[in-house]
Amino acid sequence: MQSVATLETPATDIAIDVHGLSKSFGSRKVVSDLSMQVKRGAIYGFLGPNGSGKTTTIRMLCGLLTPDSGEGTCLGYNIRTEADKIRRHVGYMTQRFSLYQDLSVRENLEFVARLYGLTSPRRAARDMITRLGLNGREEQLAGELSGGWKQRLALGACTLPSPKLLLLDEPTAGVDPKARREFWNEIHALAADGLTVLVSTHYMDEAERCHEIAYIAYGQLLTHGTVQEVIAHSALITYTVNGAQLNGLQAELAGKPGIDMVAPFGNSLHVSGRDEQALEASIAHYRARSDLTWERSEPSLEDVFIELMNRAQDNFR
Amino acid sequence: MSITPRMAERREPPFGALRRTFAMLVKEFIQLKRDRVSFAMIVMIPVMQLLLFGYAINTTPRHLPTAVLLQEDSDLARSVLKALQNTAYFRFTHQVRTVEEFDNLLQSGTVLFGVEIPRGFERAVRRGEHPALLVAADATDPVASGSAMAALGRITETALMHDRVAGDVVPPPFEVRAHARYNPAGASQLNIVPGLTGTILTLTMLIFTALSVTRELERGTMEALLSMPIRPVEVMMGKIIPYVLIGFVQAALIIGLGTSLFGVPIYGSLMALALLSTLFITSMLAVGYTFSTLAQNQLQAMQMSMMFFLPNILLSGFMFPFAGMPGWAQWIGEALPLTHYLRIVRAIMLKGATLENLRYDSLMLLGLTLFAMTIAVTRFRRTLD
Repeated sequence: MQSVATLETPATDIAIDVHGLSKSFGSRKVVSDLSMQVKRGAIYGFLGPNGSGKTTTIRMLCGLLTPDSGEGTCLGYNIRTEADKIRRHVGYMTQRFSLYQDLSVRENLEFVARLYGLTSPRRAARDMITRLGLNGREEQLAGELSGGWKQRLALGACTLPSPKLLLLDEPTAGVDPKARREFWNEIHALAADGLTVLVSTHYMDEAERCHEIAYIAYGQLLTHGTVQEVIAHSALITYTVNGAQLNGLQAELAGKPGIDMVAPFGNSLHVSGRDEQALEASIAHYRARSDLTWERSEPSLEDVFIELMNRAQDNFR
Repeated sequence: MSITPRMAERREPPFGALRRTFAMLVKEFIQLKRDRVSFAMIVMIPVMQLLLFGYAINTTPRHLPTAVLLQEDSDLARSVLKALQNTAYFRFTHQVRTVEEFDNLLQSGTVLFGVEIPRGFERAVRRGEHPALLVAADATDPVASGSAMAALGRITETALMHDRVAGDVVPPPFEVRAHARYNPAGASQLNIVPGLTGTILTLTMLIFTALSVTRELERGTMEALLSMPIRPVEVMMGKIIPYVLIGFVQAALIIGLGTSLFGVPIYGSLMALALLSTLFITSMLAVGYTFSTLAQNQLQAMQMSMMFFLPNILLSGFMFPFAGMPGWAQWIGEALPLTHYLRIVRAIMLKGATLENLRYDSLMLLGLTLFAMTIAVTRFRRTLD
């Protein structure tokens, strides 16, 4: 017996497959020549600074924006011509809370269930309320919920029609750490059931919870792969410095040949560069200082991204 | 203790209140400059009011459309018609042969007056039989018909000035019998109540829907809505239908109060009234919905509604007689759904008109509704492009 999923969509293990997507608003190019592939069942992290084109890319994937150029499929459906079919199978959680603030939790969920034509909207909403742990709050207005609950409800509304792909645009912005962890546990549980999740975020710890990540800046996809691959690809050499008076040291080191980046991390300093020889030469003098301990370490994901961004900025100018 | 001296040291610079006020003022001007619709409103409203009141509105309208039922073709009849025309109040637009046609023109509101010259009129005058000449007026709007009615008194005199068929006879050889139909007492409530039904519906329906799409845009719910499987027509119908019911309740309320408190009659069929009211409500909702898709925020949507409402009040024939307006103003008026609805609701309630009588206005209303709905649907974007 064939499953419904294979009947409806081409049998492929790629959920998102797009090539050369570009989009401009007026004279401003927001996304340029972006290609990406996301495997089915993967949690794909989408990272990049504000205004880098993450939201625009997500909107193009679900048919809310038409790309100026480029082709591709989402769940096997053409993003240009089959937006209607994509809408049916994709759950999109917008950056801003987009449920009706003046409807109750239950009414919001029932509305979504009816739009997607679920057979029993009432039961679907009731089941989702239980699943979200919102029992007892079903008659509360969505606008009155706290930030964390709002996010959970929004995720619940997205997953209500059993989508095959979730597009989450900065779902945890402004949510406390505990709610964030619960949110991610939920996302992992959904992915384990075979759902593909594309999630954009600014948080490095969240990036590390993804199966794969992509980094986008100035509308261009700069790197992608697993966290280890991205770090390895960066070819960045990082030293962690511990000691006193690191503030002065940071100012001294910055801008020396071979040193691309100096960033304080708590009581230590991360000194990174791509040119190993130049870096070693520049820090040699400081390594001799007795009040500092130098240790070669792996760059953090943040080091890698900031370095990428600095470099992209240079290219961009 | 440590705070007070420091406060004293940071002395208030001179003209503090002035500078702060100035900062606020500069900011307001910058914001106003960016807000194009408000700016348009600041210019448009006075200009529109001035032009409309100055050029279009005339409370003692002349050249009113008049039908003639001429049952004899005599010199005297022609003199009488000439005299009527010379008053400048009457403009003969239709010449009819039967009483039915004559009544239909009056009932549908196509003409405001009808002049009937009976067969054997001249001969009766010559014989000194003192015959009567009928001038029937549509008195539903006392303002429109009033001055013309007053002018009728002097008609006999002027008609006979050049045609002294019967010499200088006192009393005059024939009588002009003016008949104010539909509202013989000239009660203005009779005209105002049906008119208010139209204007109140225009205002409320327009504002309700004008806000509906912009509200979703402003609150960010539109993005989620667009990403879900629902079509623009479905969104529009879903938003409009509840207000059709609300509009219906509103219309029933106004008409109900009008009949019970002011004794406004309903001579025509309630079914026809309900049907055409629904059509009118729909047209206003579609217009409001179109504004909603054009405006960037709820304030703009409100401003657009007000700018649309103003010519509706002035040019539809609600406040001032439609027939008294110059041609261009009448053309604008014909393009407004309210104009047609006012004629319809007045004709049905006060004159007992049927759908058959009101074919032109009903079709116009239907056409305008479909036009507005088409624009509304095509304006609604499926994407955020």
